[in-house]
Amino acid sequence: MMRSNDKRREPLTDTQLLMAITIGIFLVMYLLAMVFLQGGFLHTQQLFDLLNDNASLIIVSCGLTIVMIGGGIDISVGAVTSLVVMSCVLYLNNGGNLFVSMIMALGIGLAFGLVHGFLVSYLEIQPFIVTLAGMFFARGMTTIVDNKITGTVEPQKVAHEGFLKLQEAKIEIPWLGYTAKNGNMIPARMEIGVVVALLCVIVVFILLKYIRVGREFYAMGGNQTSSLMLGINVKRARFISYVISGLLSGISGYVFMMHTGAANATNAAGMEMNAIASSIIGGTLLTGGVGNVLGTFFGTLTLTTIKKIVVSSGLNDPWWQSITTGGMLCFFILLQSVVLKKREKDKKAG
Amino acid sequence: MKDKNIKSKKINFGQLTIPLIAIALLVIFNLIRDPGFFFVGLSHNNDGNLVLQGNLISIINGASELAILAMGMTLVTAACGGQDISVGAAAAIAGSVFVKTLKSGSGINGGKFIAALFLACIVAMIFGSLNGTLVAIFKIQPMIATLILYTCGRSIAYWINGGATPTVSSPIVSAMGSFIPGIPIPTPVLIVILMAIIFKLIFRFTSLELFTQSVGINGSAARLNGINTTFIKLLSFIILGVCVAVAGSIGVSRLGLINHETLLLDVEMDAILAVAIGGNNLGGGKFKISGSIIGAYVIQMLTITLYAMKVPSTDVKAYKAIVIIILVVIGSPVFKEKFAKFMNNMRKNVKGINVKGAEKA
Amino acid sequence: MEVMDMQEDHLLELRGIEKRFPGVLALNNVDFTLRKGEIHALMGENGAGKSTLIKILTGVYSMDAGSIKVEGQSVHITSPQDAQNNGISTVYQEITLCPNLTVAENMFIGRDSKNLVNQKAYEKRADEILQSLQIPARAKQQLGNCSLAVQQMVAIARAVDLQCKVLILDEPTSSLDDKEVNMLFTLMRDLKSRGVGIIFVTHFLEQVYEVSDRITVLRNGELVGEYLTEDLPQVQLVAKMIGKELDELNNLSDTEEHKEHDGQVFYEAQGLTSSEALPFDFQIKKGEVNGFTGLLGSGRSESVRAIFGADKVGGGTVKIKGENVKITKPIDAMKHGIGYLAEDRKRDGIIADLSVRENIIIALQVMNGFFKPISRSESEAFADEYIKALNIKTASRETPVGSLSGGNQQKVILARWLLTHPDYLILDEPTRGIDVGTKLEIQKLVLKLAEEDVSVTFISSEIEEMLRTCSRLIVMRDRHIVGELKGADLNQAQVMKTIAGGES
Repeated sequence: MMRSNDKRREPLTDTQLLMAITIGIFLVMYLLAMVFLQGGFLHTQQLFDLLNDNASLIIVSCGLTIVMIGGGIDISVGAVTSLVVMSCVLYLNNGGNLFVSMIMALGIGLAFGLVHGFLVSYLEIQPFIVTLAGMFFARGMTTIVDNKITGTVEPQKVAHEGFLKLQEAKIEIPWLGYTAKNGNMIPARMEIGVVVALLCVIVVFILLKYIRVGREFYAMGGNQTSSLMLGINVKRARFISYVISGLLSGISGYVFMMHTGAANATNAAGMEMNAIASSIIGGTLLTGGVGNVLGTFFGTLTLTTIKKIVVSSGLNDPWWQSITTGGMLCFFILLQSVVLKKREKDKKAG
Repeated sequence: MKDKNIKSKKINFGQLTIPLIAIALLVIFNLIRDPGFFFVGLSHNNDGNLVLQGNLISIINGASELAILAMGMTLVTAACGGQDISVGAAAAIAGSVFVKTLKSGSGINGGKFIAALFLACIVAMIFGSLNGTLVAIFKIQPMIATLILYTCGRSIAYWINGGATPTVSSPIVSAMGSFIPGIPIPTPVLIVILMAIIFKLIFRFTSLELFTQSVGINGSAARLNGINTTFIKLLSFIILGVCVAVAGSIGVSRLGLINHETLLLDVEMDAILAVAIGGNNLGGGKFKISGSIIGAYVIQMLTITLYAMKVPSTDVKAYKAIVIIILVVIGSPVFKEKFAKFMNNMRKNVKGINVKGAEKA
Repeated sequence: MEVMDMQEDHLLELRGIEKRFPGVLALNNVDFTLRKGEIHALMGENGAGKSTLIKILTGVYSMDAGSIKVEGQSVHITSPQDAQNNGISTVYQEITLCPNLTVAENMFIGRDSKNLVNQKAYEKRADEILQSLQIPARAKQQLGNCSLAVQQMVAIARAVDLQCKVLILDEPTSSLDDKEVNMLFTLMRDLKSRGVGIIFVTHFLEQVYEVSDRITVLRNGELVGEYLTEDLPQVQLVAKMIGKELDELNNLSDTEEHKEHDGQVFYEAQGLTSSEALPFDFQIKKGEVNGFTGLLGSGRSESVRAIFGADKVGGGTVKIKGENVKITKPIDAMKHGIGYLAEDRKRDGIIADLSVRENIIIALQVMNGFFKPISRSESEAFADEYIKALNIKTASRETPVGSLSGGNQQKVILARWLLTHPDYLILDEPTRGIDVGTKLEIQKLVLKLAEEDVSVTFISSEIEEMLRTCSRLIVMRDRHIVGELKGADLNQAQVMKTIAGGES
């Protein structure tokens, strides 16, 4: 956020306001969990586990935020992630090169992004339908690829030496660790995937704030006709937004693979809806023009923390998680609606 | 003054052109591949009833829930300019209520069956109006508003059935799911026809169609003409709720059990697809229910065609995706424009002279 | 004084421009010339082609034939970017900025091809420009939080900063009050002195005479002529625009005495309040025509919307024909025989994708209720009746109303309300953006309705129109009613005085 030297502070933009609310609520929620639920929440490792488990979600949520700011949607991200996982796993198991596998991941994601971008931008087809088809295609291809290469539709584990070593590598932060029962200091552990995720968040943040095409996303999401009149190449900008989302899906797939070490046809099922939910909680509006990737980051944390809180509270029945998630989503959606409505009213009166 | 009055004759695609062409292409494709594909025969089924059987019947039958949901989805899309992605989850809830009612007490008779259907409808309508309230009163985008029920709906269904996947068996239930003794047409198909007739009657005897289109095209103008836009939007969700209840009940009756995880899983995507294939604008406004119904059958026919070609069920999605893309590309305005230009150029070349286009009447 | 027209002074030369749309030839061999340091008004009634010509110049449409030369060089303009690159900037009637971005960003986005965005630099420069042009906005403000008038001015500031050679202003004053219009004109004269050529598209005749040097008139897609403003009297200008001698205009002259109306009171409100309107009293008699006048923002539209229940009604008593009634939403007003033609035709009036027929019957249908749909044959009969009666130009009654010209769209909406046979019809700016010919038809219609004992409230920015038709004028300022003029007081001078009030 810009720090101004003006004596008079400018009221927050819609984007900033919604993000502030999200961050605030997350902090409050986590603090309350620490106070009332104690247990795991008092350990920083809990936070790192949260990041470890959801690095891939964070990455695709960034992509989804970009697309939503531009006024579009991409529901293929989970399926593309899954396809990338399956493809890379099979490739590595068949004597593939580690470096090439990374290129492959990016390539698959990029391919989807290019096709989506072309169909949405240049043929002007509804993004929901285009990315729905992309989702179907990617899901179908996941089993087709599995079948073609292994002859089965079974889950596959990675057996590649180099990859397994990569998986093992973790970043250790001793001073954020905790003391185990036997008196040993166990340092906090963070997977490489989390570093990748955080890098993605930072890169997307810079893109949205300081790079021209990032600002163009906001413009075209805010008012497409105006953007055209202002001389922005909306088609190009929209195309780029989908390409980036595709690329991020590719990266997310690789990170997912590093986390689970196995490929399964049902990987990342429902990830797209979680990514949308994360973006919404983080203050991104589906209508476009409003959104911030930092908000999305905290939105993801909020979404995933709730699940942990539910489990820690002893509510074990599986339906509790999704009901509380649904409830929280409802809360945030209503909150946003009320806040923005009030702003409209204030503007009229002023 | 240049004399180049070449008027590009706009090729008029009616709204139903694309879906009908799609059906036609699929039919032709199947006939080429397997001339006996659409053979319909009359024979006895397992229950000893004389029924119609064949690929064509199983296509029309299998698409029933989808067609019904597509009808309701069309209305919501038209009035609210967005999609309801919770219909699968809501159908699971409705199905659960249906089963729970049937299993309460002992035995199942006609009266209880009606009550079960009725309750399923009420519950689905309640959830529909919750969604509708978020959209119409809180002005939340439909896809976002229904994301909530999408997230927790199946869990609610699970909770209604106490965490189990109960079964129901009774002649009445199986009559709804397959055949009524003595009638060779599958019951779900009859229900689709009934729903279509009901919609037609509603449009004939009320101004729902005009009001819905007005609200979808220009809500502000609609309001200033005295239309209660909130009511219309809410009503569209409630009607979709009825469709959801019917579809869920059919789904349950087919299998004789309710599995909240798998009942009509991902059907919302297909329903939205059906609406789009039917030529309806996903952003709201003018609509044609018949388009969506045809769209539903296009999707089902595609799936069955793929199965008949021995494509494994896990791979079907990929082929479906390709066909969908082809369809929507052809239906896209940019493509239509380019196609029209191309056709005009062809016409020019064939005639060899400057053509003065006929003045539009 | 002889004005020499030198070729080298020609900033813009459009020759032989032709543009077709399905079923209509929008522009036919049109020429247009703009010189350096000239304010050139582009005028014409509806369907004349002004808007189309501008869109061709700005790259939104592509022309079917013709040539464009900028400073003597041939150019091809196929996109807004091309237009910008050739030094042509446009400010439209509708706000063409992004309300979710800041003022500064709106001024600079789309202009830079550098990939790195320097917000601080933008904001600094924006503040400089805003100050020098005396625009009441701050660089860091979210544009959506500024008033419409300010948003308009930011759009102009952007164009100005682009060092444009040609500035096109498309109906820029429609939403501005007199003070803001003067600010705009000062700016325009400033730019003129710097050699910028300005194309000023407007229908406000007085403004044309106040600020323009030359006038080009289009009619039915063809060029009527280019004239020096000082050589073309207003009456002749109007004649050229509508292509006939204006005896008709003279028939409805200012000098006609409107007697004070006597008759039963139809509608009476006391202390009527809404979310947008301060409490006011108002009454109108049967068959009376009254008007609301005042500066922009004085509350005229808000008042009539309160009468119709279009905004959230807060309080007050309302009587119709002496009986107490409750009007809180449009349907209530409609049930009591009130009709309302909204100010913003596009947003509040037409339902663009629906046919002319459906747009005409919609209000009547709503009044008939949800369960009594009007039959197809009946609705066709109604549509045909009014298409004929109001002379609505449309290919058929099933044509989507969005494809009609503004004037014909307005007639469709009028037809809609006339079909409901209202006892009281409120017309808010029915003649805005309409060609002179249709304006006259509407004014005559108002008088005819009054003869048939229908009460009419008529709001217009053109005071002469109201003076010609109303027997009573209510003057508003700052959302209060400050005066009511009738009889001998109904003249321009008195109206101006009452609007201005006692301010120096």
